[in-house]
Amino acid sequence: MTQVKMTVNGKAASGEVEGRTLLAQFLREDQGLTGTHIGCDTSQCGACVVHVNGEAVKACTMLAIEADGANVDTIEGQADADGSLNVIQQAFQDHHGLQCGFCTPGMVMSAAALLKENPKPSEAEVRHYLDGNICRCTGYHNIVKAIMAASGQDVSAIAAE
Amino acid sequence: MYNFDVERPSTVAEAVAAMGRDEAQPMSGGQTLIPTLKARLAAPSVLVSLGGIEEMKGVSMADGLLSVGGGTTHAAVAREAAAHYPALAGLAARIGDPAVRNRGTIGGSVANNDPSACYPAAVLGSGATVVTNQREIAADDYFLGMFETALDEGEIVTGVNFPVPQAAHYEKMIQPASRFPLVAVFVAKFSDGLRVAVTGASNNGVFRWTEAETALAADFSADALNGVKADASEMISDLHGTGAYRAHLVNVMTKRAVAAIG
Repeated sequence: MTQVKMTVNGKAASGEVEGRTLLAQFLREDQGLTGTHIGCDTSQCGACVVHVNGEAVKACTMLAIEADGANVDTIEGQADADGSLNVIQQAFQDHHGLQCGFCTPGMVMSAAALLKENPKPSEAEVRHYLDGNICRCTGYHNIVKAIMAASGQDVSAIAAE
Repeated sequence: MYNFDVERPSTVAEAVAAMGRDEAQPMSGGQTLIPTLKARLAAPSVLVSLGGIEEMKGVSMADGLLSVGGGTTHAAVAREAAAHYPALAGLAARIGDPAVRNRGTIGGSVANNDPSACYPAAVLGSGATVVTNQREIAADDYFLGMFETALDEGEIVTGVNFPVPQAAHYEKMIQPASRFPLVAVFVAKFSDGLRVAVTGASNNGVFRWTEAETALAADFSADALNGVKADASEMISDLHGTGAYRAHLVNVMTKRAVAAIG
């Protein structure tokens, strides 16, 4: 077992891990942060997307040891300081960007990464960026709409109610 | 996944030393290797994580040669190579998905030599040189077959040096479930010749399509490839497409790449 220390959602976090312990396992099982979902466990679905040092990664395909010393942000740290939903989360609610909700943590984390590097993406850019996030409920239209709305763009012209 | 020790060297020298341990396996971004470990297709005793080696990261340009560190992520190549070698940056920007591009590296891709990976097409198509901790290997001597390279046991890809062509284009027909190419072609035009490299198609991994190179040397146009056929008997045949389909795609992707160069 190896001791790892990292900053998770702004707070110091540490624990004992095996070499094979995945970052997703460490977050869920050791830290109790079960908002990071494991859907496929093969880096296809994107439900486990978190940010490591500000970059979106699939937490099921990174070892916890590799995140030693890193800044990790998960869905649990996304709400505003007063506990209210942040602008992306609120847009998902307003535009019905989720149904069962399983993919939503990864969708929100990917959306946050996209808007950080591209604050006003086109619809095509949003769809391209979500290549690695699979949703089996919504058909994506309302997810795309929510992300466009969160970027402050008018979404009234975007199809699919 | 069976358990293993993890070493996190911060220099190439430390990584080479760590690779001296029994049943050691280097890992770069892990975007292929971690799924492979989960499937128990590999079971090293020691995993040598190369992600903390700063000297293996970054892109630099000197004397017409673009040097990319082996530990440079696809996302970093997409950003940092764009001004120097747009076709290479464009290829990197379309590997997998954004989260995979933030972890996966050129060194890992080239060392693994997946028959459907993107980077081998750029390395072979550019006539690049693979740099290791021991030597430099020309692309033509490096790729030996499906998942086979000229690397020795424990040898680490520390970088790739690309001669920058006058013009180049990478054309990919994506297999949407895996996001790997079903067939993709890299065409590069130099002042003294041209190269056509094909990935995703052959049972022998990435290859140069010499018939197309000959036809294009005489007439650099998509029409020059009319009637030039890739050998279907050499092609991968699986549930995603037959060998004949892939052979057809080799021609179509090459034509599109040539047309894009103009």
